[in-house]
Amino acid sequence: MDIYLPIAGLSVNALVIIGLGGLVGLLTGMVGVGGGFLTTPILIFYGIPPAVAVASATTQITGTSISGVLAHRRRRGVDMRMGAVIIVGGVIGSITGGLLFRLLQDSGQIDTVISLLYVLLLGSIGFMMAKESATALDILKPSRRNADRPARRHNPLIAALPMRWRFYRSGLYISPLAPLGLGFVSGLLTVLLGIGGGFIMVPAMIYLLGMSAQVVVGTSLLQILFVTAVTTLVHATTTRSVDIVLAGLLLIGSVIGAQYGARFAQTMKPELLRMILAIVVLGVAFRMALQLGWRPEEIYTVQML
Amino acid sequence: MRASLRALGLAVAAPLLLAQAEPRLVPDVSDRNIEIRYSFAGAELLLFGAIIYPGGRPPEPGSTDIAVVLKGPLEPIVVREKQKVAGIWMNVGRVRFRSAPSFYAVASSRPLPQLIDERTAAIYELGLDNLQLSPGGGTSAGTLRRFEQGLLDLRARHQLYAEYPRGVEISEGVLYRARISIPARVPVGTYTAETFLIRDGRVIAGAAREIRIEKLGFERFVAEAAERWSVAYGVSAVALSLLLGWGASSLFQRRYG
Repeated sequence: MDIYLPIAGLSVNALVIIGLGGLVGLLTGMVGVGGGFLTTPILIFYGIPPAVAVASATTQITGTSISGVLAHRRRRGVDMRMGAVIIVGGVIGSITGGLLFRLLQDSGQIDTVISLLYVLLLGSIGFMMAKESATALDILKPSRRNADRPARRHNPLIAALPMRWRFYRSGLYISPLAPLGLGFVSGLLTVLLGIGGGFIMVPAMIYLLGMSAQVVVGTSLLQILFVTAVTTLVHATTTRSVDIVLAGLLLIGSVIGAQYGARFAQTMKPELLRMILAIVVLGVAFRMALQLGWRPEEIYTVQML
Repeated sequence: MRASLRALGLAVAAPLLLAQAEPRLVPDVSDRNIEIRYSFAGAELLLFGAIIYPGGRPPEPGSTDIAVVLKGPLEPIVVREKQKVAGIWMNVGRVRFRSAPSFYAVASSRPLPQLIDERTAAIYELGLDNLQLSPGGGTSAGTLRRFEQGLLDLRARHQLYAEYPRGVEISEGVLYRARISIPARVPVGTYTAETFLIRDGRVIAGAAREIRIEKLGFERFVAEAAERWSVAYGVSAVALSLLLGWGASSLFQRRYG
């Protein structure tokens, strides 16, 4: 069933796109990541122009994160104050990212930057996750060095920042500059890579900020919700590459997939889920790395002025 | 410059046509409007017509030839070239072309080199190698050639540029027709379909028709909204995703508790 995408300017098989959305949604429901890191590269691989793929994947993440936020709010798992600070950072980051995107697009380096960032981010995070989940599944022995060192709640760098606020739900008394900066980085990445940034935010909130675990996922989803919504607006007004039909097709698949994923997740070990995620993340990173080093299919590219 | 030469060519040909009572072309196309709708997966355009000879007697078959050109709107573009830098393939060189046709297809009754010499082909922009792309300055001829070939090759593989060396069929020396396929990625705009009657290496008659390729209905509305009301468009994209996400979660909650 072919459907014409008005912004991307080409016809795609609607079932393939819905299926892709479903697959990503399943992953979202199972492990609680937005899945943008998977959608964007696959869309590009399928022939959608990179700018359209990035922008439309962002729109899709807004849809998949809303149901998560609602569920976590019911369980009081969202720190609204912390969320607000991170969102402010995220919005600034997303607007800065929009300008940067335009600049890189004009200089012709956007594709290389996107691929490089993907390889670096996904490679390192995938590796850490794989190691952590392998240890939890008793495949790897925990390293002695880590086991001996007492767990440190607060990062000294963050404790040194001026001006402290109380974040009751998170159980923290820290400077708002730290979550602000974190939000900024994730906003930048959202615009450049079309990812919600959950898989960067969640570990950063736990290990860097030291937030209590019950509010981490909900707060991260809240910030993803807002930042992807703002990013969609930024893309709509600057790059004009949001394809509402493409986003709609992805959403149909992913919102349904997410519901099944969440049900499916209850019957599986969480370590195993993280292992699956790690393998998927490493796979995407590997594919991107190959693409950078391999002779590309198209040596020449055309940009309209 | 070539364009003016070409206008001159037509202007010179016109009185000749009158003086020698040369044949005349009556061209037509199967669709004057090609509409891009939700299920658009490309189209096939039939360009056909009649050759009217003075006195109504067609000459012996094979002495006249027809070339048909379908050309999309001209646009300024930048072509970039990737090279390996420190183990990574990235864009290194760039050349600007001020007037690259977004679509170009030429069909002829025999391969073009057999019909006309290079000079005539260049004047009428017949053939992919004769497109006037108006490159920006500051690039050496060799580099320019490489980028041009890169562009032609890329667009040929996307079916945006095509040559059909035996794509025109002439019946009884009077009726001609050519089929040109239009890919799904075709850019919108006003296209021109030009027909040339060629004899003894000379273009003796020409005629043009316009064809509009446009998005219609919902597709047009979406594309226009994204350009004109970009803020409202962005807001509705966000609203759509919130609605779908929230709808699915509340629907499933009711069903499974």
